Amino acid sequence: MRMANMMDVDPREDQPPGLHDTGAAAERPVERATSAADTNNVVEQLTDLGETVGEVRCENPFIVAENIDVFYGDNHAIKDVTLEIAKSDVIALIGPSGCGKSTFLRCLNRMNDSIETARVTGRISMDGQDIYGKNLDPVALRARVGMVFQKPNPFPKSIYDNVAYGPRIHGLAADRAELDTIVHTSLERAGLLKEVKDRLDEPGTGLSGGQQQRLCIARTIAVNPEVILMDEPCSALDPIATARIEDLIDELSSDYAIVIVTHSMQQAARVSRRVAYFHLGLLVEVDETNRIFTNPQHRLTEDYITGRIG
Amino acid sequence: MRDSATTRQRVEAGLKRRRRKERVFRITGMLATTVGVLFLAVFFADLVGKGSTAFMQTFMQLDVEFSADVLAPDGEIDLVYADFDGLVRTALRKEFPEVSGRSDRRELNRMLSIGAGYQIRDMLAADPELLGKTQSIWVPASSNVDMVMKGNIDPSIDEALRPVSDMQVEWIRALQASGRLAKKFNVALFTNGDSREPELAGIKGALMGSFYMLIVTVVLAFPIGVAAAIYLEEFAPSNRWSDLIEVNINNLAAVPSIVFGLLGLAVFINWAALPRSAPLVGGLVLSLLTLPVIIIASRAAIKAVPPSIREAALGLGASEMQVVFHHVLPLALPGMLTGTIIGMSRALGESAPLLMIGMVAFIVDVPAGFSDPATALPVQIYLWADSPERAFAERTSAAIIILLAFLLIMNLTAVILRKRMERKW
Repeated sequence: MRMANMMDVDPREDQPPGLHDTGAAAERPVERATSAADTNNVVEQLTDLGETVGEVRCENPFIVAENIDVFYGDNHAIKDVTLEIAKSDVIALIGPSGCGKSTFLRCLNRMNDSIETARVTGRISMDGQDIYGKNLDPVALRARVGMVFQKPNPFPKSIYDNVAYGPRIHGLAADRAELDTIVHTSLERAGLLKEVKDRLDEPGTGLSGGQQQRLCIARTIAVNPEVILMDEPCSALDPIATARIEDLIDELSSDYAIVIVTHSMQQAARVSRRVAYFHLGLLVEVDETNRIFTNPQHRLTEDYITGRIG
Repeated sequence: MRDSATTRQRVEAGLKRRRRKERVFRITGMLATTVGVLFLAVFFADLVGKGSTAFMQTFMQLDVEFSADVLAPDGEIDLVYADFDGLVRTALRKEFPEVSGRSDRRELNRMLSIGAGYQIRDMLAADPELLGKTQSIWVPASSNVDMVMKGNIDPSIDEALRPVSDMQVEWIRALQASGRLAKKFNVALFTNGDSREPELAGIKGALMGSFYMLIVTVVLAFPIGVAAAIYLEEFAPSNRWSDLIEVNINNLAAVPSIVFGLLGLAVFINWAALPRSAPLVGGLVLSLLTLPVIIIASRAAIKAVPPSIREAALGLGASEMQVVFHHVLPLALPGMLTGTIIGMSRALGESAPLLMIGMVAFIVDVPAGFSDPATALPVQIYLWADSPERAFAERTSAAIIILLAFLLIMNLTAVILRKRMERKW
């Protein structure tokens, strides 16, 4: 039933997170209970083993995360995660709510620093440099690792100022003309220039949701980062806007390493080259997208992608 | 499971009662509002009814001769010792040549304000050419004449019970009949400092005192309050110390204002030896008073800035300072300004702490700076309300009207600022 449901829907359409829960609970309470018990068993086994199935390593790794643990106070949010990401990668992090995928994403640009109780152990290096090292300033790191958030969050400033903000604070443009060029190329690459070129002075908050998200992407690439992190960038958008963003991710993937958290398996299947499946803070399985969706190695991965857990 | 029919019956059975409760609640609310509005209306009607007359003042038209014999006995104009009052009295006596005898003349003289003589002096000082000429001038009448003119003293009651004699009433009627007694706009109320004579008393001294005080308050309290709010909200680690500070700031906002006055007396006057009765000290005390208000309002404004904006800026590589000054502060500023203006209007209306630091003195001169002795608007109201002269009653109400007008303007400014600067996100 769940499988059929998933296949029937328009492949462009996002499934709102949480649909799995209610659906499964209402339809097959008994079966679910069994499967939950099973799941717990498997998780215990996994914790014992501490091994991730599939291929966590890759060729020419750009970002290397080794044995990452994240704690929020007493809450052990991420347990011993090791993952490599290449410069040419588009890697999707999937998994049920609260599995730690967003937390892991936020480790990569040290956004967890602003949470007082958060503690990160292990080692993450980017281009060979330890990003949690003493002599690395998170400000410099975030100029190299851009981030797009779940809800479009343009500044309450003009469209131009939104895109120009990053280059301005980092001093990337020598003069106004250069800044103009950066703003225009960034908007162009984000596929927004045509729609907004006559109203760059208007507030960015006046755009539609999808346009706002593309504005946020333009703002991110204006700094010319090496990696772009996307935290469920389409979850607040309608299917058409989602499709545009996905096309955009495809285009951007030639220049930037992209790490995308998503709740939509269709989206992961469409845009990513590799998929990492997280469960309760554990990295269960990493592999090429094709292999994950056609031939998952781990029982939990299979349960998740077939909609049995979620 | 109940079947749906019983559910429906149960809901309908209780529906009437629920609706009735709603009606009762609505009517109670309307009644409460009406009572509140009524009280306000009575208050304003009373205030305007009593205070509006103070904006007009009775003047007397006299043909004053700038007699050279009196003003310049030695050939030189003597602005200090010349008998200016005598000139005005002579002019008044000319209107009533039939009045004779010392006591009757004194009665007549009492109809003039002592301000009349000062007015002659000021005119002569401004224009020495007047010497030797006769001019028709409107000079202020005494406050008792003014009260009769405004109907605040009833001439029909027994003579012993009113400060105006029968003779004076007669003269007033005669002057009125010849058009030499009239009410004009009371300029002195806005241009003079305090005075023992009601007809000469003005609020300019108190107004300037309040003005200087608010300048000190805003210059100190706004930057310190906003800086403290930013630090506490954005940079301070949350531990036992910051909790303690937070609790104390909230408590300070509730401390009775007179306690701040006592603190000001002990610290600023006794220990720091700053001048007594000075707007500087008043402003310092009022800064202490408004700081908690501003800090609390500013923190609330900062908290209201959505975290998504902070994240967006941080994610782009803005430093914490840049996040605060480029994004948080501009978005929080309307709220901070509103809090500040509301704090300022509280400071403007405050009198108790000023009593403690000597700003309750009778001060005639309009203060010209931050260290001149001064009083403030609410203290002036208190002083006038305490004065025995009948004419101070209407001035008290007038001063209240002026104070309320300033408060209204300040609060309106706060509303307009907020509406103007409010940005949507």
